[in-house]
Parts: sequence; structure tokens; C-alpha cells
Amino acid sequence: MLRIKEQIPVPAENLVEISDLNFTYGKRPILKGINMKIPRGKLVAIMGLSGCGKTTTLRLIGGALKATTGSVKVAGNEVGGLDKEALYKMRRKMGMLFQFGALFTDLSVYENVAFQMREHTDLPETVIRDLVMMKLHAVGLRGAHKLMPSELSGGMARRVALARAIALDPMLMMYDEPFAGLDPISLSVIGNLIRHLNDALGATSIIVTHDIQESLKIVDYVYFMADGVVVAEGSAEDIKASKLPFVHQFVWGEIDGPVSFHYPSPPYRKDLLLESAHAA
Amino acid sequence: MPHRKVGFGLHSIGAAVVNGVWRLGYASRFFLMTLISSGASFRRIQLTIREIYFSGVMSLIIILVSGLFVGMVLGLQGYETLQKYGSESALGSLVALSLVRELGPVLAALLFASRAGSAITAEIGLMKATEQIAAMEMMAVDPISRVVAPRFWAGVISMPLLAAMFSAIGVFGGYLVGVVFIGVDEGSFWSQMQAAVDFRQDIVNGVIKSVVFGIAVTAIALFEGYDAPPTAEGVSHATTRTVVTSALAVLGLDFILTVLMFRGV
Repeated sequence: MLRIKEQIPVPAENLVEISDLNFTYGKRPILKGINMKIPRGKLVAIMGLSGCGKTTTLRLIGGALKATTGSVKVAGNEVGGLDKEALYKMRRKMGMLFQFGALFTDLSVYENVAFQMREHTDLPETVIRDLVMMKLHAVGLRGAHKLMPSELSGGMARRVALARAIALDPMLMMYDEPFAGLDPISLSVIGNLIRHLNDALGATSIIVTHDIQESLKIVDYVYFMADGVVVAEGSAEDIKASKLPFVHQFVWGEIDGPVSFHYPSPPYRKDLLLESAHAA
Repeated sequence: MPHRKVGFGLHSIGAAVVNGVWRLGYASRFFLMTLISSGASFRRIQLTIREIYFSGVMSLIIILVSGLFVGMVLGLQGYETLQKYGSESALGSLVALSLVRELGPVLAALLFASRAGSAITAEIGLMKATEQIAAMEMMAVDPISRVVAPRFWAGVISMPLLAAMFSAIGVFGGYLVGVVFIGVDEGSFWSQMQAAVDFRQDIVNGVIKSVVFGIAVTAIALFEGYDAPPTAEGVSHATTRTVVTSALAVLGLDFILTVLMFRGV
């Protein structure tokens, strides 16, 4: 691995620590010796091509998967070693925004945001109502609280899901491709909300994304992954200025480079039967 | 290479058997987890009542209409056969016993599997495909307890009620055709029925059958939905499997229960 910068800028205390993490699906290795540190209060992005293992890393942090070898610690707890009760206790302090929101389609916007409050607290209905309205106000959708998920645009659904994810003021927020399929305005809105909410809640956030331009505007630190390993890391400025061929190709969206335009194939002339015709 | 084909065939059979046993084990574990996680279904009874509305109340129309027609056909066919032996007055007992013992529980279960079972599978399959189940787990809410168990108990409670309504409306259908349209004596229709139908032997056994069918159909529907691959094709196949497996399970269980209940009667 080639490090752009050796140290995370403010390594006060790490909320998430990943050490020598390996994960395999059956016999197929997905993650190969990952090391990451996510400091408290910071917004860290995990970037890379589709299938490079970044969502798997997020699922390992959330305890949805167990590491084959290595360690994933959240707030000092080894996630893989937690039983169901302890894992659920830890998840109450986590929020996750799924790629397309994953709103409960049979519940209204209001009920979606109130879901965790009803499940995990005994708060009276008036308090729940105030909290739901505050969360919806934070994402600009207080006026949409009566709508059903089917009545929302993609950007609105993502914002409601964000309000739902922060319902219990989590210490760790995880975002799985929060910018996928959004128009430019919604994309900016979601980006700003992620940054603003992280700072306002005093939370720590991890964004898994391949939307380089939007995420580099808001994140504190970036881990770059390729083929199951971290190939680069650094601040947004370090990443933009990187001369690493893969990072450079990714950041500037170049068509050809270390990630080839062509899928591996035999010589073009051979497929066009020119070589055999010439030989004949 | 015939030996290679035989080897390949054996390998396929072996893989299918291993897969079948693995799936059966997974289904059993899923069923056990559902029973263990059932506390919330009764503590927060509104969750179960909501599902009773979707599974039971929403199935009423198809159950009542089908029951009425089945009863009317039974009345007509029964009369045609009984009149040959001068026993038209036994029409009431024929219609009632056929419905309460067999047709009510079995047909109501088959209709329930088609209407509510397929809906349960599709709903849970789509919840999985759209990451709603994963979101629930990430919110520290157990989907077995919150989603699966209330639907299971709703099915178990709804099924005997639907079977009872199927039988009741079927008896009314038989009455309509036999007494109102054909002219069988009303007094003998009802009195023969009252004399022939035994509460313990017929009605209780019919209720037991419908409870067992309710457990089987709902458990199959829930498992298929929960186990469905999170794709459009996966949900489609799971829904089909629910209807086919439930129908076979209901008919097989009906034979076993009938042997156990009515052997020697």
C-alpha cells in the first residue's frame, strides 16, 4: 500500500478501528488485510470502484457480517465477538443510510422517522411528535410528514431516510452510496446535510461512495480501496493532488489507465479472424 | 462417455438432496425462531391485529363468494344423487358434513394460500429486496419479532375463522339451492343436519384441521418470502413456490389428519 499521508490529522481517539481485516465469501477473498482508523467527530469516506469491498467493510463495521480474520472495533468493542443482544445495543448508537433509503413502504414519512423511537423508547406521543418534527425540519421536510414513501422523489426519500437514521442521535453514522441516482440539486442538499448533521450531532460518519466530486467537498479523510485492499489514503486535498495512477484516473474520471477500458480479451485481429485470413 | 454422464447425474441428485436437507433445516430453525420471538406479537397486539386485517379480513370476499358457490354446487349435486334413493331429506346433513369436515378447512386453506400466502411472500421478499429488512436490523429491531411473528399469528388466528365462515356460507348456499330453489322440506333439511353433525367429532376436528393448515400455509409463506433472493425473479419464484408448496402441504396434511381423526368412524 502506498500512503499519501502517514498520519490521520487529528488522531484524538478512534471510534472505529479496523486491523488486518480479511473477509472471504466462500473461497473468494473480498477484503485482504484492511487497516483503517476513523477518529471521533470526523467524516471519513471509503471510495473505490464497484465491487472493491467498500460496502462489505461497512457491513462488517455494522456487524451484519463477521470478519474471517482480523479485528473490527467500534467504541472499543470487538464487533465480531458481540452476541445478538450486545450487537443490538451497539446498533442503537448507530445510524445507517441505505443506498435507496430503504424506507418502510407501509408507513408514512412521520411513522418512518418515529419508528426507532417507538421501538426503543417509552416516550409519550407528544414528545415523539416534537422529536420527529425536529428531525424532519433538519432535513427540510417537516411539511411532508403525512406523505407516503411512494409519493416522494428519490432525493426526498433519501432525506427522510437521513432523518430516520438520526432519530436517536447516533454516535456513528454510516452512509452507503448516499449520492447514487440523485439530481445535482438533491446531491448538493444531501452532501451538505451529511456534513452539517455530523457536526451538529457531534457524531462520527463513514461514507461509502464512488461520487468523488461531491464527497471530496465534505469529507475530512479518504480511504481509497481497490480489489479488497486500501491502496491510498489522505485528506481531500491529498487525494486531488495524488500522482498515483489509479487515484488520478478515478479522481479525474479518465477512460483508460490502470483500470482498463477493455475487459481482458484475445487480440482484436484474432477475434476479427484477420490473422488466420492473412496466414491463409 | 456414459460413465461421466452417470457421475454427473449422481452429483446433481446428491447436490439436490444436500440442498433440500439444508433448506429443511433452515426452515425448521426459522420456524423455531418465529415461535421464540412471538412475545411482541401479543405484548403489542396492535401489530398482530393489523396483520389479521390484511390476511384475514381482506381474504373475506374470496372466501365468502367461493363458499357460497361450493355450497350451492353441493346442494345441487347432493340432491341429484340423494333423490335416486328417496333420501332428499338428508341433503342438509350431506352439505354440512362435507363442508365442516373437509371442504371448509381444505378449500379455505387453498384460497388463503393463494390470496394471503402469496401476498405475505411477495411483501417480505420485496422488503428484503429493498433493504427494509436490513434497515430494521441496523436499527436494532429484530425483523423476526417485528415482521414475521405478527404475520404468523395473524395467519394462525385468521385461518379457522375463515374456514368457519366458508362452511357457514356454504351451508347457506346448499339451503338456497336445496330448499328455496328445488323445494326440499325446510324442516327436514335443518333437523337432519342438526342430528348428523356432532360437535366434538365434526366441528372440533374441522377447527383443528384449519388451525394446522393455518400454521402450515403461513409458515411456508413467511419462510419463502424471507428466503427469497432479493431480485424481481427471486420474489416471483418464491411466490409461486408458496402457492404450490402450501397446496401440496394442505392436501397431504388433510389426508394424515383425516386418517387420525376419522379412522373407524
